[in-house]
Amino acid sequence: MTGNDKVRILAIESSCDETAAAVVVNGREVLSNVISTQIPIHTLYGGVVPEIASRKHIERVNQVVREALKEADVTLDDIDAIGVTYGPGLVGALLVGLSEAKAIAWAKGIPLVGVHHIEGHICANYIEDTQLEPPFMCLVVSGGHTHLVNVSDYGKYEILGRTRDDAAGEAFDKVARAIGLGYPGGPKVEQKAKEGDPHAIKFPVAKVDDGVYDFSFSGLKSAVLNYINGAEMKGEEINEADIAASFQQAVIDALVGNAMNAIDEYKVTKFAIAGGVASNKTLSEAMKAACEAKGVKFYHPSPILCTDNAAMIGAAAYYEYINGRRDGWDLNAIPNLVLGER
Amino acid sequence: MKILGIESSGLVASVAVLEEGIIQGEFTTNFKKTHSQTLLPMLDILKDTLELDLDTVDAIAVAAGPGSFTGLRIGSATAKGVALAMDKPIIAVPTLEAMACNFYGSDKLICPIMDARRNQVFTGLYRFENDDLDIVMDQCPLDINELLDKINQLLGDGESAETDLGQIKEVVFLGDGVNVQRQTIEDNCKVKYSFAPAHLAYQSASSLCVRAVTYYNEGKAINSDDFRPEYLRVSQAERERTKKLAAEGGN
Repeated sequence: MTGNDKVRILAIESSCDETAAAVVVNGREVLSNVISTQIPIHTLYGGVVPEIASRKHIERVNQVVREALKEADVTLDDIDAIGVTYGPGLVGALLVGLSEAKAIAWAKGIPLVGVHHIEGHICANYIEDTQLEPPFMCLVVSGGHTHLVNVSDYGKYEILGRTRDDAAGEAFDKVARAIGLGYPGGPKVEQKAKEGDPHAIKFPVAKVDDGVYDFSFSGLKSAVLNYINGAEMKGEEINEADIAASFQQAVIDALVGNAMNAIDEYKVTKFAIAGGVASNKTLSEAMKAACEAKGVKFYHPSPILCTDNAAMIGAAAYYEYINGRRDGWDLNAIPNLVLGER
Repeated sequence: MKILGIESSGLVASVAVLEEGIIQGEFTTNFKKTHSQTLLPMLDILKDTLELDLDTVDAIAVAAGPGSFTGLRIGSATAKGVALAMDKPIIAVPTLEAMACNFYGSDKLICPIMDARRNQVFTGLYRFENDDLDIVMDQCPLDINELLDKINQLLGDGESAETDLGQIKEVVFLGDGVNVQRQTIEDNCKVKYSFAPAHLAYQSASSLCVRAVTYYNEGKAINSDDFRPEYLRVSQAERERTKKLAAEGGN
Protein backbone atom coordinates (compact mmCIF):
# COMPACT_ATOMS: atom_id res chain seq x y z
CA MET A 1 0.00 0.00 0.00
CA THR A 2 1.00 3.58 -0.44
CA GLY A 3 1.55 4.65 3.11
CA ASN A 4 -2.11 5.17 4.06
CA ASP A 5 -5.26 3.12 4.14
CA LYS A 6 -6.24 3.88 0.56
CA VAL A 7 -6.06 1.07 -1.95
CA ARG A 8 -5.79 2.42 -5.49
CA ILE A 9 -6.61 -0.01 -8.25
CA LEU A 10 -5.97 0.45 -11.94
CA ALA A 11 -8.62 -1.57 -13.76
CA ILE A 12 -8.75 -2.65 -17.39
CA GLU A 13 -11.76 -4.02 -19.28
CA SER A 14 -11.87 -5.24 -22.90
CA SER A 15 -14.31 -8.16 -22.93
CA CYS A 16 -16.45 -6.90 -25.82
CA ASP A 17 -16.43 -3.65 -27.79
CA GLU A 18 -15.31 -1.06 -25.24
CA THR A 19 -11.66 -0.50 -24.41
CA ALA A 20 -11.77 0.85 -20.88
CA ALA A 21 -9.48 1.73 -17.98
CA ALA A 22 -10.17 3.33 -14.61
CA VAL A 23 -8.56 4.19 -11.31
CA VAL A 24 -10.72 3.40 -8.27
CA VAL A 25 -9.99 4.00 -4.58
CA ASN A 26 -11.18 1.45 -2.03
CA GLY A 27 -13.68 0.02 -4.48
CA ARG A 28 -16.01 3.00 -4.14
CA GLU A 29 -14.39 6.24 -5.26
CA VAL A 30 -13.79 6.65 -9.00
CA LEU A 31 -10.80 8.85 -9.84
CA SER A 32 -11.12 8.19 -13.57
CA ASN A 33 -13.30 6.10 -15.84
CA VAL A 34 -12.11 6.18 -19.45
CA ILE A 35 -14.07 4.34 -22.15
CA SER A 36 -13.14 4.14 -25.80
CA THR A 37 -16.14 2.75 -27.61
CA GLN A 38 -16.09 0.90 -30.92
CA ILE A 39 -19.82 1.18 -31.56
CA PRO A 40 -19.47 3.22 -34.81
CA ILE A 41 -17.41 0.55 -36.58
CA HIS A 42 -19.52 -2.39 -35.39
CA THR A 43 -22.66 -0.53 -36.48
CA LEU A 44 -21.50 -1.08 -40.07
CA TYR A 45 -21.83 -4.83 -39.48
CA GLY A 46 -25.04 -4.79 -37.44
CA GLY A 47 -23.28 -6.18 -34.38
CA VAL A 48 -19.94 -6.76 -32.73
CA VAL A 49 -17.38 -8.44 -35.01
CA PRO A 50 -14.94 -10.24 -32.67
CA GLU A 51 -11.84 -9.92 -34.88
CA ILE A 52 -12.42 -6.21 -35.48
CA ALA A 53 -13.08 -5.66 -31.76
CA SER A 54 -9.77 -7.36 -30.90
CA ARG A 55 -7.88 -5.25 -33.44
CA LYS A 56 -9.39 -2.02 -32.15
CA HIS A 57 -8.52 -2.93 -28.56
CA ILE A 58 -4.84 -3.33 -29.38
CA GLU A 59 -4.82 0.05 -31.14
CA ARG A 60 -6.38 1.89 -28.23
CA VAL A 61 -5.33 0.10 -25.05
CA ASN A 62 -2.22 2.13 -24.18
CA GLN A 63 -3.87 5.48 -24.79
CA VAL A 64 -6.85 4.50 -22.66
CA VAL A 65 -4.66 3.34 -19.77
CA ARG A 66 -2.53 6.48 -19.98
CA GLU A 67 -5.61 8.68 -20.00
CA ALA A 68 -7.06 6.89 -16.96
CA LEU A 69 -3.85 7.48 -15.00
CA LYS A 70 -3.62 11.09 -16.11
CA GLU A 71 -7.24 11.89 -15.33
CA ALA A 72 -6.83 10.35 -11.88
CA ASP A 73 -3.66 12.39 -11.45
CA VAL A 74 -1.65 9.33 -10.41
CA THR A 75 1.26 7.35 -11.82
CA LEU A 76 1.73 3.59 -11.82
CA ASP A 77 3.87 4.07 -8.70
CA ASP A 78 0.70 5.08 -6.81
CA ILE A 79 -1.18 1.94 -7.87
CA ASP A 80 -1.58 -0.92 -5.35
CA ALA A 81 -3.06 -3.54 -7.66
CA ILE A 82 -4.21 -4.06 -11.23
CA GLY A 83 -7.66 -5.48 -11.77
CA VAL A 84 -8.61 -6.93 -15.12
CA THR A 85 -11.54 -8.74 -16.71
CA TYR A 86 -10.47 -12.28 -17.67
CA GLY A 87 -13.92 -13.62 -18.59
CA PRO A 88 -16.55 -14.12 -19.72
CA GLY A 89 -16.46 -12.38 -23.09
CA LEU A 90 -14.93 -12.54 -26.57
CA VAL A 91 -11.66 -14.42 -26.13
CA GLY A 92 -9.62 -12.33 -28.58
CA ALA A 93 -10.91 -9.13 -27.02
CA LEU A 94 -10.34 -10.31 -23.46
CA LEU A 95 -6.75 -11.32 -24.28
CA VAL A 96 -5.75 -7.77 -25.21
CA GLY A 97 -6.74 -6.16 -21.91
CA LEU A 98 -5.54 -9.17 -19.95
CA SER A 99 -2.12 -9.30 -21.64
CA GLU A 100 -1.72 -5.55 -21.17
CA ALA A 101 -2.72 -5.71 -17.49
CA LYS A 102 -0.43 -8.67 -16.82
CA ALA A 103 2.51 -6.97 -18.53
CA ILE A 104 2.07 -3.71 -16.60
CA ALA A 105 1.67 -5.56 -13.30
CA TRP A 106 4.71 -7.71 -14.04
CA ALA A 107 6.94 -4.83 -15.15
CA LYS A 108 6.03 -2.73 -12.09
CA GLY A 109 5.85 -5.59 -9.59
CA ILE A 110 2.21 -4.82 -8.73
CA PRO A 111 -0.27 -7.56 -7.68
CA LEU A 112 -2.67 -8.79 -10.38
CA VAL A 113 -6.33 -9.48 -9.65
CA GLY A 114 -8.50 -11.22 -12.24
CA VAL A 115 -12.14 -10.13 -12.25
CA HIS A 116 -15.30 -11.80 -13.53
CA HIS A 117 -17.08 -9.41 -15.89
CA ILE A 118 -20.51 -9.96 -14.33
CA GLU A 119 -19.06 -9.48 -10.86
CA GLY A 120 -17.90 -6.12 -12.19
CA HIS A 121 -21.41 -5.22 -13.33
CA ILE A 122 -22.83 -6.09 -9.91
CA CYS A 123 -20.13 -4.04 -8.16
CA ALA A 124 -21.05 -0.95 -10.22
CA ASN A 125 -23.74 -0.58 -7.57
CA TYR A 126 -21.07 -0.14 -4.86
CA ILE A 127 -19.82 2.90 -6.74
CA GLU A 128 -23.26 4.36 -7.34
CA ASP A 129 -24.38 3.96 -3.73
CA THR A 130 -21.37 3.91 -1.42
CA GLN A 131 -23.56 2.76 1.47
CA LEU A 132 -24.74 -0.42 -0.27
CA GLU A 133 -23.46 -3.57 1.36
CA PRO A 134 -24.33 -7.24 0.91
CA PRO A 135 -26.49 -9.15 1.29
CA PHE A 136 -28.64 -8.10 -1.64
CA MET A 137 -30.09 -9.56 -4.82
CA CYS A 138 -28.99 -8.37 -8.25
CA LEU A 139 -30.35 -8.78 -11.77
CA VAL A 140 -27.59 -8.45 -14.37
CA VAL A 141 -28.98 -7.75 -17.84
CA SER A 142 -26.77 -6.95 -20.80
CA GLY A 143 -26.08 -7.85 -24.40
CA GLY A 144 -24.31 -11.03 -23.33
CA HIS A 145 -25.79 -11.88 -19.95
CA THR A 146 -29.04 -12.28 -18.07
CA HIS A 147 -28.38 -13.44 -14.51
CA LEU A 148 -30.37 -13.26 -11.31
CA VAL A 149 -27.80 -13.40 -8.53
CA ASN A 150 -27.88 -13.56 -4.75
CA VAL A 151 -24.96 -11.58 -3.35
CA SER A 152 -24.51 -13.01 0.16
CA ASP A 153 -21.22 -11.23 0.86
CA TYR A 154 -18.45 -9.40 -0.98
CA GLY A 155 -17.21 -11.80 -3.64
CA LYS A 156 -19.85 -14.43 -2.78
CA TYR A 157 -22.41 -15.07 -5.50
CA GLU A 158 -25.17 -17.61 -5.99
CA ILE A 159 -26.79 -17.69 -9.41
CA LEU A 160 -30.53 -18.16 -8.96
CA GLY A 161 -31.47 -17.92 -12.60
CA ARG A 162 -30.01 -17.23 -16.01
CA THR A 163 -31.10 -17.18 -19.61
CA ARG A 164 -31.42 -20.50 -21.37
CA ASP A 165 -30.82 -18.98 -24.80
CA ASP A 166 -30.55 -15.31 -25.81
CA ALA A 167 -29.50 -12.65 -23.34
CA ALA A 168 -32.06 -9.87 -22.88
CA GLY A 169 -29.82 -7.35 -24.65
CA GLU A 170 -29.29 -9.79 -27.51
CA ALA A 171 -33.06 -9.98 -28.00
CA PHE A 172 -33.16 -6.17 -28.12
CA ASP A 173 -30.45 -6.18 -30.82
CA LYS A 174 -32.24 -8.79 -32.93
CA VAL A 175 -35.61 -7.09 -32.71
CA ALA A 176 -34.01 -3.73 -33.50
CA ARG A 177 -32.51 -5.23 -36.64
CA ALA A 178 -35.86 -6.78 -37.64
CA ILE A 179 -37.70 -3.46 -37.44
CA GLY A 180 -34.89 -1.59 -39.14
CA LEU A 181 -33.53 0.34 -36.17
CA GLY A 182 -29.98 -0.95 -36.44
CA TYR A 183 -27.26 -1.44 -33.83
CA PRO A 184 -27.02 -1.10 -30.87
CA GLY A 185 -30.56 -2.27 -30.32
CA GLY A 186 -31.11 -1.44 -26.64
CA PRO A 187 -31.21 2.36 -26.74
CA LYS A 188 -32.84 2.39 -30.20
CA VAL A 189 -35.72 0.12 -29.20
CA GLU A 190 -36.21 2.09 -26.00
CA GLN A 191 -36.39 5.33 -27.95
CA LYS A 192 -38.83 3.92 -30.51
CA ALA A 193 -40.96 2.35 -27.78
CA LYS A 194 -41.74 5.79 -26.38
CA GLU A 195 -43.95 6.45 -29.42
CA GLY A 196 -45.73 3.12 -29.19
CA ASP A 197 -48.35 1.29 -27.12
CA PRO A 198 -46.79 -1.39 -24.89
CA HIS A 199 -50.07 -3.32 -24.83
CA ALA A 200 -50.79 -3.14 -28.58
CA ILE A 201 -49.45 -6.62 -29.34
CA LYS A 202 -49.35 -9.56 -26.97
CA PHE A 203 -45.95 -11.23 -27.32
CA PRO A 204 -45.58 -14.39 -25.26
CA VAL A 205 -42.64 -14.93 -22.95
CA ALA A 206 -41.75 -18.56 -22.46
CA LYS A 207 -41.82 -19.93 -18.95
CA VAL A 208 -38.90 -22.19 -18.12
CA ASP A 209 -40.39 -25.25 -16.39
CA ASP A 210 -37.52 -26.74 -14.46
CA GLY A 211 -35.49 -23.65 -13.58
CA VAL A 212 -37.74 -21.45 -11.48
CA TYR A 213 -35.77 -18.26 -12.04
CA ASP A 214 -34.33 -18.97 -15.48
CA PHE A 215 -35.20 -16.84 -18.48
CA SER A 216 -35.82 -17.56 -22.15
CA PHE A 217 -35.95 -14.80 -24.74
CA SER A 218 -35.47 -16.62 -28.03
CA GLY A 219 -39.18 -17.52 -28.18
CA LEU A 220 -40.09 -13.88 -27.67
CA LYS A 221 -37.69 -12.83 -30.40
CA SER A 222 -39.21 -15.43 -32.76
CA ALA A 223 -42.72 -14.24 -31.90
CA VAL A 224 -41.75 -10.73 -32.93
CA LEU A 225 -40.15 -11.95 -36.17
CA ASN A 226 -43.21 -14.11 -36.94
CA TYR A 227 -45.50 -11.17 -36.30
CA ILE A 228 -43.52 -9.03 -38.76
CA ASN A 229 -43.40 -11.79 -41.40
CA GLY A 230 -47.12 -12.46 -40.96
CA ALA A 231 -47.95 -8.82 -41.46
CA GLU A 232 -45.75 -8.63 -44.56
CA MET A 233 -47.38 -11.72 -46.07
CA LYS A 234 -50.79 -10.16 -45.59
CA GLY A 235 -49.53 -6.93 -47.04
CA GLU A 236 -50.26 -5.12 -43.79
CA GLU A 237 -48.19 -2.23 -42.61
CA ILE A 238 -46.43 -2.78 -39.34
CA ASN A 239 -46.20 -0.21 -36.59
CA GLU A 240 -42.56 -0.30 -35.49
CA ALA A 241 -43.22 1.79 -32.40
CA ASP A 242 -45.95 -0.59 -31.17
CA ILE A 243 -43.71 -3.59 -31.84
CA ALA A 244 -40.83 -1.97 -29.96
CA ALA A 245 -43.03 -0.98 -27.03
CA SER A 246 -44.81 -4.34 -26.82
CA PHE A 247 -41.59 -6.30 -27.11
CA GLN A 248 -39.90 -4.18 -24.47
CA GLN A 249 -42.89 -4.63 -22.19
CA ALA A 250 -42.73 -8.41 -22.59
CA VAL A 251 -39.04 -8.43 -21.64
CA ILE A 252 -39.70 -6.20 -18.64
CA ASP A 253 -42.63 -8.38 -17.50
CA ALA A 254 -40.39 -11.46 -17.59
CA LEU A 255 -37.53 -9.77 -15.75
CA VAL A 256 -39.70 -8.11 -13.11
CA GLY A 257 -41.84 -11.23 -12.65
CA ASN A 258 -38.89 -13.50 -11.93
CA ALA A 259 -37.21 -10.90 -9.74
CA MET A 260 -40.31 -10.42 -7.58
CA ASN A 261 -40.80 -14.17 -7.13
CA ALA A 262 -37.17 -14.50 -6.04
CA ILE A 263 -37.49 -11.53 -3.67
CA ASP A 264 -40.47 -13.24 -2.05
CA GLU A 265 -38.75 -16.58 -1.69
CA TYR A 266 -35.39 -15.26 -0.43
CA LYS A 267 -36.93 -12.45 1.60
CA VAL A 268 -34.29 -9.92 0.60
CA THR A 269 -34.61 -6.27 1.58
CA LYS A 270 -32.31 -4.84 -1.10
CA PHE A 271 -32.49 -5.36 -4.84
CA ALA A 272 -30.14 -4.00 -7.52
CA ILE A 273 -29.96 -4.11 -11.29
CA ALA A 274 -26.81 -3.91 -13.40
CA GLY A 275 -25.53 -4.32 -16.96
CA GLY A 276 -26.15 -2.42 -20.18
CA VAL A 277 -29.89 -3.16 -20.30
CA ALA A 278 -30.20 -1.75 -16.77
CA SER A 279 -29.73 1.67 -18.35
CA ASN A 280 -33.18 1.16 -19.92
CA LYS A 281 -35.31 3.68 -18.01
CA THR A 282 -38.60 1.87 -18.59
CA LEU A 283 -37.09 -1.26 -17.05
CA SER A 284 -35.53 0.44 -14.06
CA GLU A 285 -38.73 2.40 -13.34
CA ALA A 286 -40.85 -0.76 -13.54
CA MET A 287 -38.42 -2.63 -11.31
CA LYS A 288 -38.27 0.25 -8.85
CA ALA A 289 -42.06 0.43 -8.58
CA ALA A 290 -42.34 -3.32 -8.09
CA CYS A 291 -39.63 -3.32 -5.42
CA GLU A 292 -41.09 -0.37 -3.56
CA ALA A 293 -44.52 -2.03 -3.53
CA LYS A 294 -42.87 -4.79 -1.51
CA GLY A 295 -40.91 -2.42 0.73
CA VAL A 296 -37.63 -3.53 -0.92
CA LYS A 297 -34.95 -0.88 -1.41
CA PHE A 298 -34.01 -0.55 -5.09
CA TYR A 299 -30.55 0.26 -6.44
CA HIS A 300 -29.41 0.96 -9.96
CA PRO A 301 -26.19 2.42 -11.40
CA SER A 302 -26.08 5.51 -13.62
CA PRO A 303 -26.02 4.68 -17.35
CA ILE A 304 -22.24 5.22 -17.61
CA LEU A 305 -21.74 2.52 -14.94
CA CYS A 306 -24.31 0.18 -16.53
CA THR A 307 -22.66 -0.28 -19.89
CA ASP A 308 -19.19 -1.88 -19.98
CA ASN A 309 -16.62 0.17 -18.09
CA ALA A 310 -13.50 -0.39 -16.04
CA ALA A 311 -14.56 1.46 -12.87
CA MET A 312 -16.87 -1.45 -12.05
CA ILE A 313 -13.96 -3.85 -12.57
CA GLY A 314 -11.92 -1.72 -10.16
CA ALA A 315 -14.68 -1.96 -7.57
CA ALA A 316 -14.88 -5.75 -7.92
CA ALA A 317 -11.08 -6.07 -7.92
CA TYR A 318 -10.87 -4.15 -4.64
CA TYR A 319 -13.03 -6.64 -2.77
CA GLU A 320 -11.18 -9.58 -4.33
CA TYR A 321 -7.91 -7.87 -3.41
CA ILE A 322 -8.75 -7.37 0.27
CA ASN A 323 -10.03 -10.97 0.33
CA GLY A 324 -6.49 -11.96 -0.65
CA ARG A 325 -6.92 -12.87 -4.30
CA ARG A 326 -3.72 -12.66 -6.34
CA ASP A 327 -3.37 -14.08 -9.83
CA GLY A 328 -0.26 -15.50 -11.47
CA TRP A 329 1.42 -14.43 -14.68
CA ASP A 330 -0.18 -17.46 -16.35
CA LEU A 331 -3.72 -16.09 -15.90
CA ASN A 332 -5.59 -16.90 -19.09
CA ALA A 333 -8.75 -15.50 -20.63
CA ILE A 334 -11.77 -17.74 -20.01
CA PRO A 335 -14.52 -16.83 -22.51
CA ASN A 336 -17.23 -18.83 -20.71
CA LEU A 337 -16.13 -18.18 -17.13
CA VAL A 338 -18.92 -18.96 -14.66
CA LEU A 339 -19.72 -16.46 -11.91
CA GLY A 340 -18.36 -17.65 -8.57
CA GLU A 341 -15.85 -20.03 -10.18
CA ARG A 342 -12.16 -19.57 -10.88
CA MET B 1 22.18 -1.04 -25.97
CA LYS B 2 19.83 -3.58 -24.44
CA ILE B 3 16.78 -5.03 -26.16
CA LEU B 4 14.04 -7.24 -24.72
CA GLY B 5 12.54 -9.36 -27.50
CA ILE B 6 9.06 -10.93 -27.52
CA GLU B 7 8.00 -13.39 -30.25
CA SER B 8 4.59 -15.09 -30.17
CA SER B 9 3.45 -14.85 -33.78
CA GLY B 10 3.19 -18.59 -34.37
CA LEU B 11 3.34 -21.84 -32.43
CA VAL B 12 6.57 -20.81 -30.75
CA ALA B 13 6.70 -18.56 -27.71
CA SER B 14 10.13 -16.99 -27.34
CA VAL B 15 11.70 -14.22 -25.27
CA ALA B 16 15.27 -12.98 -25.24
CA VAL B 17 17.54 -10.23 -23.98
CA LEU B 18 20.27 -8.89 -26.24
CA GLU B 19 22.92 -6.53 -24.86
CA GLU B 20 25.79 -5.15 -26.89
CA GLY B 21 26.01 -8.05 -29.30
CA ILE B 22 25.45 -10.74 -26.66
CA ILE B 23 22.31 -12.78 -26.23
CA GLN B 24 22.28 -12.81 -22.44
CA GLY B 25 19.38 -15.21 -22.36
CA GLU B 26 16.71 -16.75 -24.52
CA PHE B 27 13.75 -18.88 -23.54
CA THR B 28 11.83 -20.61 -26.31
CA THR B 29 8.99 -23.10 -26.10
CA ASN B 30 6.94 -24.86 -28.72
CA PHE B 31 4.31 -26.55 -26.64
CA LYS B 32 0.55 -26.99 -26.57
CA LYS B 33 -0.15 -24.32 -23.93
CA THR B 34 -1.42 -20.97 -25.17
CA HIS B 35 0.90 -17.97 -25.29
CA SER B 36 -1.35 -16.28 -22.75
CA GLN B 37 -0.27 -18.91 -20.22
CA THR B 38 3.39 -19.22 -21.20
CA LEU B 39 4.73 -15.88 -22.41
CA LEU B 40 4.76 -13.83 -19.21
CA PRO B 41 5.94 -16.69 -16.94
CA MET B 42 8.80 -17.17 -19.42
CA LEU B 43 9.64 -13.46 -19.28
CA ASP B 44 9.57 -13.69 -15.50
CA ILE B 45 12.02 -16.60 -15.44
CA LEU B 46 14.30 -14.83 -17.89
CA LYS B 47 14.20 -11.64 -15.83
CA ASP B 48 14.99 -13.49 -12.59
CA THR B 49 17.76 -15.55 -14.16
CA LEU B 50 19.43 -12.53 -15.73
CA GLU B 51 18.75 -10.33 -12.69
CA LEU B 52 17.32 -8.01 -15.29
CA ASP B 53 16.43 -4.48 -14.26
CA LEU B 54 13.80 -3.44 -16.80
CA ASP B 55 14.86 0.19 -16.36
CA THR B 56 18.11 -0.65 -18.15
CA VAL B 57 16.33 -1.91 -21.27
CA ASP B 58 16.44 0.53 -24.18
CA ALA B 59 13.57 -0.86 -26.23
CA ILE B 60 11.07 -3.72 -26.47
CA ALA B 61 11.24 -5.62 -29.75
CA VAL B 62 8.17 -7.52 -30.84
CA ALA B 63 7.22 -9.70 -33.78
CA ALA B 64 4.89 -7.29 -35.55
CA GLY B 65 3.25 -9.73 -37.93
CA PRO B 66 2.17 -11.49 -39.89
CA GLY B 67 1.18 -14.48 -37.83
CA SER B 68 -1.65 -15.95 -35.82
CA PHE B 69 -3.97 -13.01 -35.08
CA THR B 70 -4.36 -14.04 -31.47
CA GLY B 71 -0.67 -14.82 -31.00
CA LEU B 72 0.29 -11.46 -32.45
CA ARG B 73 -2.07 -9.67 -30.10
CA ILE B 74 -0.85 -11.47 -26.99
CA GLY B 75 2.74 -10.55 -27.86
CA SER B 76 1.77 -7.01 -28.88
CA ALA B 77 -0.28 -6.27 -25.76
CA THR B 78 2.48 -7.73 -23.60
CA ALA B 79 5.09 -5.57 -25.32
CA LYS B 80 2.84 -2.50 -25.14
CA GLY B 81 2.13 -3.07 -21.45
CA VAL B 82 5.81 -3.43 -20.56
CA ALA B 83 6.69 -0.46 -22.75
CA LEU B 84 4.01 1.70 -21.12
CA ALA B 85 4.99 0.68 -17.60
CA MET B 86 8.72 1.28 -18.15
CA ASP B 87 8.35 4.21 -20.57
CA LYS B 88 10.25 2.45 -23.37
CA PRO B 89 9.79 2.51 -27.13
CA ILE B 90 8.80 -0.49 -29.25
CA ILE B 91 10.71 -1.87 -32.21
CA ALA B 92 8.20 -3.49 -34.54
CA VAL B 93 10.03 -6.23 -36.44
CA PRO B 94 8.34 -7.88 -39.44
CA THR B 95 7.96 -11.53 -38.43
CA LEU B 96 9.41 -13.02 -41.60
CA GLU B 97 12.49 -10.78 -41.62
CA ALA B 98 13.28 -11.91 -38.09
CA MET B 99 12.87 -15.53 -39.18
CA ALA B 100 15.19 -14.98 -42.14
CA CYS B 101 17.85 -13.88 -39.65
CA ASN B 102 17.98 -17.48 -38.41
CA PHE B 103 20.07 -18.01 -41.56
CA TYR B 104 22.44 -15.10 -41.09
CA GLY B 105 25.24 -15.19 -43.64
CA SER B 106 23.74 -18.02 -45.66
CA ASP B 107 24.53 -18.15 -49.38
CA LYS B 108 21.04 -19.52 -50.04
CA LEU B 109 17.78 -17.79 -50.86
CA ILE B 110 15.90 -17.79 -47.55
CA CYS B 111 12.17 -18.50 -47.65
CA PRO B 112 10.30 -18.49 -44.34
CA ILE B 113 6.70 -19.64 -44.67
CA MET B 114 3.90 -19.54 -42.15
CA ASP B 115 0.64 -21.32 -42.69
CA ALA B 116 -2.05 -18.77 -43.54
CA ARG B 117 -4.80 -21.36 -44.25
CA ARG B 118 -6.90 -21.54 -47.41
CA ASN B 119 -3.78 -22.89 -49.20
CA GLN B 120 -2.02 -19.60 -48.61
CA VAL B 121 1.18 -18.86 -46.79
CA PHE B 122 2.63 -15.74 -45.25
CA THR B 123 6.04 -15.57 -46.84
CA GLY B 124 8.89 -13.43 -48.07
CA LEU B 125 12.21 -13.99 -49.87
CA TYR B 126 15.51 -12.88 -48.37
CA ARG B 127 19.25 -13.16 -48.89
CA PHE B 128 22.36 -11.96 -47.13
CA GLU B 129 24.59 -9.54 -48.96
CA ASN B 130 27.71 -8.17 -47.29
CA ASP B 131 26.31 -9.28 -43.92
CA ASP B 132 23.10 -7.30 -44.52
CA LEU B 133 19.65 -8.77 -44.90
CA ASP B 134 18.39 -7.98 -48.39
CA ILE B 135 14.68 -8.23 -49.05
CA VAL B 136 14.17 -9.94 -52.42
CA MET B 137 10.41 -10.11 -51.96
CA ASP B 138 8.72 -8.35 -49.04
CA GLN B 139 6.50 -10.34 -46.71
CA CYS B 140 3.00 -10.97 -48.04
CA PRO B 141 0.23 -13.55 -48.16
CA LEU B 142 0.64 -15.75 -51.23
CA ASP B 143 -0.67 -18.96 -52.74
CA ILE B 144 1.97 -21.64 -52.17
CA ASN B 145 2.14 -22.48 -55.87
CA GLU B 146 2.62 -18.84 -56.82
CA LEU B 147 5.48 -18.71 -54.34
CA LEU B 148 7.08 -21.80 -55.85
CA ASP B 149 6.65 -20.38 -59.39
CA LYS B 150 8.41 -17.25 -58.25
CA ILE B 151 11.29 -19.20 -56.72
CA ASN B 152 11.60 -21.44 -59.80
CA GLN B 153 11.74 -18.35 -61.95
CA LEU B 154 14.30 -16.57 -59.77
CA LEU B 155 16.69 -19.47 -59.41
CA GLY B 156 15.94 -21.53 -62.50
CA ASP B 157 18.52 -21.48 -65.32
CA GLY B 158 19.43 -17.87 -64.66
CA GLU B 159 16.83 -16.92 -67.27
CA SER B 160 15.13 -14.36 -65.13
CA ALA B 161 16.26 -10.97 -66.25
CA GLU B 162 14.44 -8.88 -63.65
CA THR B 163 16.52 -9.85 -60.64
CA ASP B 164 20.16 -10.59 -60.19
CA LEU B 165 20.55 -13.11 -57.46
CA GLY B 166 24.22 -13.62 -58.31
CA GLN B 167 25.59 -16.88 -57.14
CA ILE B 168 22.46 -18.05 -55.31
CA LYS B 169 21.54 -21.52 -56.57
CA GLU B 170 19.51 -22.92 -53.72
CA VAL B 171 16.56 -22.07 -51.51
CA VAL B 172 16.03 -23.02 -47.87
CA PHE B 173 12.51 -23.22 -46.43
CA LEU B 174 11.72 -22.65 -42.78
CA GLY B 175 8.71 -21.92 -40.60
CA ASP B 176 5.61 -23.79 -39.43
CA GLY B 177 4.21 -23.61 -42.97
CA VAL B 178 6.77 -26.21 -44.04
CA ASN B 179 4.91 -28.94 -42.16
CA VAL B 180 1.68 -28.07 -43.97
CA GLN B 181 3.17 -27.50 -47.44
CA ARG B 182 6.04 -30.02 -47.53
CA GLN B 183 4.41 -32.23 -50.14
CA THR B 184 3.56 -29.30 -52.43
CA ILE B 185 7.11 -28.01 -52.15
CA GLU B 186 8.56 -31.43 -52.91
CA ASP B 187 6.25 -31.78 -55.91
CA ASN B 188 6.60 -28.34 -57.41
CA CYS B 189 9.92 -26.81 -56.41
CA LYS B 190 12.13 -27.26 -59.48
CA VAL B 191 15.30 -25.77 -58.06
CA LYS B 192 17.63 -27.14 -55.42
CA TYR B 193 16.04 -26.76 -52.00
CA SER B 194 16.39 -27.81 -48.39
CA PHE B 195 14.37 -27.61 -45.21
CA ALA B 196 15.75 -25.92 -42.13
CA PRO B 197 17.02 -28.13 -39.32
CA ALA B 198 15.01 -28.12 -36.08
CA HIS B 199 17.03 -25.44 -34.27
CA LEU B 200 16.66 -22.95 -37.16
CA ALA B 201 13.18 -23.86 -38.33
CA TYR B 202 11.03 -21.58 -36.21
CA GLN B 203 10.67 -18.08 -34.84
CA SER B 204 13.22 -17.15 -32.21
CA ALA B 205 13.41 -14.04 -30.05
CA SER B 206 17.18 -13.89 -30.46
CA SER B 207 16.85 -13.55 -34.24
CA LEU B 208 14.14 -10.98 -33.60
CA CYS B 209 16.50 -8.99 -31.37
CA VAL B 210 19.26 -9.11 -33.99
CA ARG B 211 16.92 -7.70 -36.62
CA ALA B 212 15.61 -5.16 -34.10
CA VAL B 213 19.11 -3.69 -33.67
CA THR B 214 19.11 -2.70 -37.35
CA TYR B 215 15.73 -1.03 -37.03
CA TYR B 216 16.76 0.70 -33.80
CA ASN B 217 19.93 2.05 -35.38
CA GLU B 218 17.88 3.33 -38.30
CA GLY B 219 15.81 5.33 -35.80
CA LYS B 220 12.72 3.18 -36.29
CA ALA B 221 11.80 2.59 -32.65
CA ILE B 222 8.28 3.94 -32.09
CA ASN B 223 6.05 5.11 -29.24
CA SER B 224 4.29 2.06 -27.83
CA ASP B 225 0.90 3.80 -28.14
CA ASP B 226 1.23 3.86 -31.92
CA PHE B 227 2.25 0.26 -32.34
CA ARG B 228 -0.21 -2.18 -33.87
CA PRO B 229 0.52 -5.52 -35.51
CA GLU B 230 0.50 -5.93 -39.29
CA TYR B 231 -1.89 -8.79 -39.96
CA LEU B 232 -1.44 -8.63 -43.75
CA ARG B 233 -5.05 -9.71 -44.00
CA VAL B 234 -8.33 -7.97 -43.25
CA SER B 235 -10.89 -9.70 -41.08
CA GLN B 236 -13.41 -12.02 -42.69
CA ALA B 237 -16.25 -9.59 -41.89
CA GLU B 238 -14.44 -6.74 -43.65
CA ARG B 239 -13.66 -8.93 -46.64
CA GLU B 240 -17.29 -9.96 -47.00
CA ARG B 241 -18.51 -6.40 -46.55
CA THR B 242 -16.15 -5.11 -49.23
CA LYS B 243 -17.30 -7.86 -51.56
CA LYS B 244 -20.94 -7.06 -50.86
CA LEU B 245 -20.44 -3.33 -51.40
CA ALA B 246 -18.58 -4.00 -54.65
CA ALA B 247 -21.41 -6.26 -55.84
CA GLU B 248 -24.00 -3.62 -54.98
CA GLY B 249 -21.94 -0.94 -56.65
CA GLY B 250 -21.75 -3.06 -59.81
CA ASN B 251 -25.50 -3.37 -60.12
